Amino acid sequence: MAAAISACPACTAAPAAEVLARQPPGRARLMLSLPTAHCAACISDVERALAAHPGVASARVNLSRRQVAVEAAPGVAAPDLVAVLARAGYEAHELDPDALRLTETDRRGRDLLMRLGVSGFAMMNIMLLSVAVWSGAEGASRDMFHWISAAIALPTVAFAGQPFFAGALAALRARRLGMDVPVSLGLVLASAMSLYETANHGHQVYFDGAVMLSFFLLTGRYLEYRARAAARSAAEELAALEVPRAHRLTATGEEEVAIAALRPGDRVLVRPGQRLPCDGVVLMGASELDRSLLTGETRPVAAAPGAAVAAGEVNLTGPLTVTVTAAGRDSSLNRMADLVAIAEGARDRYASLADRMARAYAPVVHALSAAAFAGWLWASGGDLRLALNVAVAVLIITCPCALALAVPAVVTAASGRLFRRGLLIKNPTALERLAEIDTVVFDKTGTLTLGAPVPADLAALPAPGRAAALALARASSHPLAQALAAALAEDTVPAPVTGLREIAGQGVEGRLDGTRLRLGRAEWLGLAPGGRSATWLAIGDAPPVEIAFADRLRPGAETAVAALRAQGKRVALLSGDVAPAVAELAARLGIDDWHAGQRPEDKARHLQRLAEGGAKVLMIGDGLNDTAALALAHASISPASALDAARAASDIVLLGQDLAPVAGAVRLAAAARSLIKQNFAISLGYNAIAVPLALAGFATPLAAAVAMSLSSLSVSLNALRLR
Amino acid sequence: MQMLVLLIPVSLGLGGLGLAAFVWSLRARQYDDPKGDAQRILAPDWDDHPKP
Repeated sequence: MAAAISACPACTAAPAAEVLARQPPGRARLMLSLPTAHCAACISDVERALAAHPGVASARVNLSRRQVAVEAAPGVAAPDLVAVLARAGYEAHELDPDALRLTETDRRGRDLLMRLGVSGFAMMNIMLLSVAVWSGAEGASRDMFHWISAAIALPTVAFAGQPFFAGALAALRARRLGMDVPVSLGLVLASAMSLYETANHGHQVYFDGAVMLSFFLLTGRYLEYRARAAARSAAEELAALEVPRAHRLTATGEEEVAIAALRPGDRVLVRPGQRLPCDGVVLMGASELDRSLLTGETRPVAAAPGAAVAAGEVNLTGPLTVTVTAAGRDSSLNRMADLVAIAEGARDRYASLADRMARAYAPVVHALSAAAFAGWLWASGGDLRLALNVAVAVLIITCPCALALAVPAVVTAASGRLFRRGLLIKNPTALERLAEIDTVVFDKTGTLTLGAPVPADLAALPAPGRAAALALARASSHPLAQALAAALAEDTVPAPVTGLREIAGQGVEGRLDGTRLRLGRAEWLGLAPGGRSATWLAIGDAPPVEIAFADRLRPGAETAVAALRAQGKRVALLSGDVAPAVAELAARLGIDDWHAGQRPEDKARHLQRLAEGGAKVLMIGDGLNDTAALALAHASISPASALDAARAASDIVLLGQDLAPVAGAVRLAAAARSLIKQNFAISLGYNAIAVPLALAGFATPLAAAVAMSLSSLSVSLNALRLR
Repeated sequence: MQMLVLLIPVSLGLGGLGLAAFVWSLRARQYDDPKGDAQRILAPDWDDHPKP
């Protein structure tokens, strides 16, 4: 029963719950995803529909995440609520609340926001006091303003600067210089120097500069965090959509368990339409299996007792009882993940534009500041205080305020635009890598095609055959039969066939006016199987007629391929399917460079060869056979219908069914990359003016404040030009 | 200059008030669903009386 699966593991684990077992336990918390909700009316519709359902205590929609959280009595199950919403006109899916670990990431976001807010308010107050100093406060009143500023700035820097101090410490331990080291050095030196100046009645203090610096840098950090959190929560949502359960057979009957609880030797029941939860051997039953996600082959294969089956295959016709040989971490599905982990290590070494910038920039900042210190010490004949003042001014002015905003501002704008087009950026550097690609490699089954067959040539079938085929096909749940029934139902009236019977793994048979009718596999009708996916219709003793199936093209596939070629990218097709099927599709899309019968290793090797030849490859694929290739490629995209292993290996997930946004995404990524470069140029331009002034000792706190805010503002505005 | 004795505490107090309001809004989870809150204000559902 669904109520037994508690949404809150702590509730079932708590000893208090056992004591109270006889009393009705607390409310269950259910999460549903609402992919189509988008407006105020949607919120009220959904909340009203759910609240009217008996047992529901409260329902609250979160439109930013497109989810609804429901508190309900324990008897209420998610499928009931999905049905309620379907009647109200909203698509909804059950989410596994345990897979949504949003609370932790939420806390980090709130933590950053708090630091950002504190430094923002502190900056406002200090600026107010600084205006008085800039406009000419003298003597004791200037000292007073400085002391008040110090009282606000020092705790603020200590609190708000913590992310940078932690980052700098980690960087120094790893013996490198990231952006955090000059930032922390600037914050600490500026605060310390300003405190010393205040105590000695000096007239140049940089408290406002230090706090402003932390405010702008935190803004960049927060934007970066938000873009990542949005991607992560959506990725978690995709994972939570698949509530992984298996039906285990026990001595007393059947129980529903989590896949993680399966052990080798257990027997599980796999009904038609379900995905196999484990590797195993068929014990009982006959059926057909769809292996297309694993091998790319569209033709179903037969399964009979003794046959080895692998996790991830879909059972098509009859129920199968499978003895588990490997489950969970040991299953072939998960072993594939190791391959992916190895390839991903290589990708993590990719240096983003910001990294490369920081690597070049940090030493220059330190060198300039040290040179200013030494130069002024020598020129002034040993005036330590003056030399230190100039060195701090140089550090503050060169501090990478605008540089820190240059990338996050553009990435936020770009990922927002891409999300609206149905593309989810999972990896922070994916956008930059996507901008660099010059070759696009497609997988066939499930990527360029939908993996759903349609009858290729029904006109060849005579009218009585069509009526008989429709009647037979309607009796089966096999995907080929269902596709045939759907295609025939438009213009055919089914024949009055009696005695319909489905023979699992073989086909359907029935009788019409005493004639035996059969629709099914070639082997069942005593024929040799052909090279393509087809079903055969036999009427009486007449020779069987072939009904061939072709895979349907994914919407937007033609547009995407044409647009990518128009952009000057090389397009290739790698498929695990047989040559005739691949050749036909390649010809239809105008792809010259195609390879059929590719095993996972072949695909990976092909990509490696391309990479060695200097090509930057974008891999688009969905199957388990693509995972290694997806992880090896310079950038990778997988549709949301892909196996989670494939989605995990790719940088970008395509949320809709349409493939057309891919070409637009590549163009947008290139535009984003050029905007990032422009932003670097702008912030370096400000520095080119301000640094000589600072080196010459002309920099004032006012000049630093103006340069800092102007450069940050122009960089942010420039990012919004992205279209 | 006598005004400073009044003005500085006032400006600091106002800043502190703003910060306190920000901290409260953060604690009250007002930044969890910005898109939804922007839409909710347009809904006429609870115009006459608050949501029970």
